[in-house]
Amino acid sequence: MKYTEDDLEKELENQEYKYGFYTDIESETFAKGLNEDVVRAISKKKNEPEWMTEWRLEAFRVWKTMEEPDWANVHYAKPKFQDIAYYSAPKKKPKLNSLDEVDPELLDTFKRLGISLDEQKRLANVAVDIVMDSVSVATTFKKTLGEKGIIFMPISEAIQEHPELVKKYLGTVVPIKDNFYAALNSAVFSDGSFCYIPKGVKCPMELSTYFRINEGGTGQFERTLLVADKGSYVSYLEGCTAPERDENQLHAAVVEIIVMDDAEVKYSTVQNWYPGNKEGKGGVYNFVTKRAICETNAKVSWTQVETGSAVTWKYPSCILKGNYSVGEFYSIAVTNNHQQADTGTKMIHLGKNTKSTIISKGISAGKSQNSYRGLVQINKRATNSRNFSQCDSLLMGNECGAHTFPYIEAKNTSAHIEHEATTSKIGEDQLFYCNQRGIDTEKAIALIVNGFSKEVLNKLPMEFAVEAQKLLEISLEGSVG
Amino acid sequence: MLHIQNLHASIDDKEILKGIDLNVKAGEVHAIMGPNGAGKSTMANIIAGKEEYEITQGNITLEGEDISELAPEERAHKGVFLSFQYPVEIPGVTVTNFIKTAINETRKAKGLEDMPAKDMLKMIREKAALLEMDRKFLSRSLNQGFSGGEKKRNEIFQMAMLEPKLAILDETDSGLDIDALRIVANGVNKLKSKNNAVIVITHYQRLLDYIKPDFVHVLYDGKIVKSGDASLALELEEKGYDWIKKELA
Repeated sequence: MKYTEDDLEKELENQEYKYGFYTDIESETFAKGLNEDVVRAISKKKNEPEWMTEWRLEAFRVWKTMEEPDWANVHYAKPKFQDIAYYSAPKKKPKLNSLDEVDPELLDTFKRLGISLDEQKRLANVAVDIVMDSVSVATTFKKTLGEKGIIFMPISEAIQEHPELVKKYLGTVVPIKDNFYAALNSAVFSDGSFCYIPKGVKCPMELSTYFRINEGGTGQFERTLLVADKGSYVSYLEGCTAPERDENQLHAAVVEIIVMDDAEVKYSTVQNWYPGNKEGKGGVYNFVTKRAICETNAKVSWTQVETGSAVTWKYPSCILKGNYSVGEFYSIAVTNNHQQADTGTKMIHLGKNTKSTIISKGISAGKSQNSYRGLVQINKRATNSRNFSQCDSLLMGNECGAHTFPYIEAKNTSAHIEHEATTSKIGEDQLFYCNQRGIDTEKAIALIVNGFSKEVLNKLPMEFAVEAQKLLEISLEGSVG
Repeated sequence: MLHIQNLHASIDDKEILKGIDLNVKAGEVHAIMGPNGAGKSTMANIIAGKEEYEITQGNITLEGEDISELAPEERAHKGVFLSFQYPVEIPGVTVTNFIKTAINETRKAKGLEDMPAKDMLKMIREKAALLEMDRKFLSRSLNQGFSGGEKKRNEIFQMAMLEPKLAILDETDSGLDIDALRIVANGVNKLKSKNNAVIVITHYQRLLDYIKPDFVHVLYDGKIVKSGDASLALELEEKGYDWIKKELA
């Protein structure tokens, strides 16, 4: 390792953290604050090879030179980055003996989401019998994947077991200097998922982080790397419809997807982090960078249902590099009470005959603010490229806001770009009509919202769609008085 | 069945209904006629429970139970149905999904399980046939892009599905061509029985050629000023509402 003057300078800058740090290193939670030693320690803790440590350090150095972006239409107290502990061992939740010990409110939510008893136990951390369904399912699942040569494991394991793959692809879609949060994530990511689908393999089942979370637990800085080799196919599900009450306030995840020639990836997300209470206290800040790169004739679909978090900053994007590649973005973003969301997508058309579709449905209730921000960029050599965008907003009540910020940059005259936008409000007349047919107001809102979101819900895998539908219902409860 | 006594109601402190008395027995068809602004639609909305109106005096009972304080959905569960003059659009919600929700919510309120999908489908087919509706119609978004006639037909289709005790048809004839009028009226006639009652609100005699009323009431300035049998409607058609106004003066 080369030791430069820059390093020396940085070391001096970080001197104050020198004391006490190394004595802390063996404990489960590091002292608050971030410096190179902390980055090194995280890497060491995970027993990472040197190239990984160096990669993290480079990211940290880049991060230090960057500023937190403030162009999004969200307002919040900026996190104090030196006031956060950047490594803690997965928290052990207290083991409970039966569902009777679980918070009844949580159980009620589970019930309404239609989550099975076994699943409820797992989510609430109740000790479960060895015969629990999902355990055997998970085992069969792993066997099937193994036979197909599919790799699906925590990224920390992949760094150990498949370093050549991780090294080759990590940071190729979202470079460490991409943005402030991506750089931070690159420096300190705790864990995440790694997935590789070999050439020509159609993954026979929906890959769900559900099976993985069993082993690891989600982290504050998650890192996902998904590689679909030529001609392969995978449908990947991330998140969970159950309420996730994480104590960490700041979440900065990165998802990178590489879709090679003729491959297809469907990536579906349900995000239901703690949104804060009705008065807007607490709640998760969710700053996510998600991006896919498509080679020739490749296709990627992002489908997301965002209902949680106090502040959401998220733009799953597609780089349509190869000719004839296709990018799709289907999104439902719900904000209630004091939630703020600034979400959308970027479609970067580089190849010829590339095609992208954007369907965004924003639902705002309470005092929330919901923004769609999207970029459609057709580059010079992207002849005959097409984009269709549709952004619909639904408002409930008089105190919320919906905003649309579409950016279009067309540098090739053969581009064909369409943009449609609508804003509507759930009217008293609609509610009375439903009431008159015997449908109470809560149910009527759910019906109207589901109708509004249908084009996106239809893109979700079946079981996920049903849960997502119920989740929309629960998220908007009490939003019309 | 329905018993309205000295009903006064207002909106934004403006009195619209000024003492309505009306008795509707099971098996009867009542027609409410009257000029624009007389309070016909207001009366329909108040019976159905629209919240923006305030009942200042009197009460409404259904089968002996005072319903004037009940929420609109509770009245619906008890068998009150309103065919809207201007049915609303609900994008993305199909006619089938909407009616399925309405039926199951009503069943839930009565402590019943959801209707089995097979029975629901059978019923939908029967009732759609009754109103000569195209099957494709059922998978369209509720009232979205419907013609005036389709909207009204869809209202009566929902009535057929929900089998209400008391159906109020608010200007169901407006916007209908003569063929649609015949189909809708035939539908209503087939749904009529000795156990239910219908209130038909209309400006014109022509709907009453198809749906024969037992009683005709003239509503004018928030009050029922004249009642009679079916011949009253014919007389009104002939002489116009000015005749009533003159008589009252």
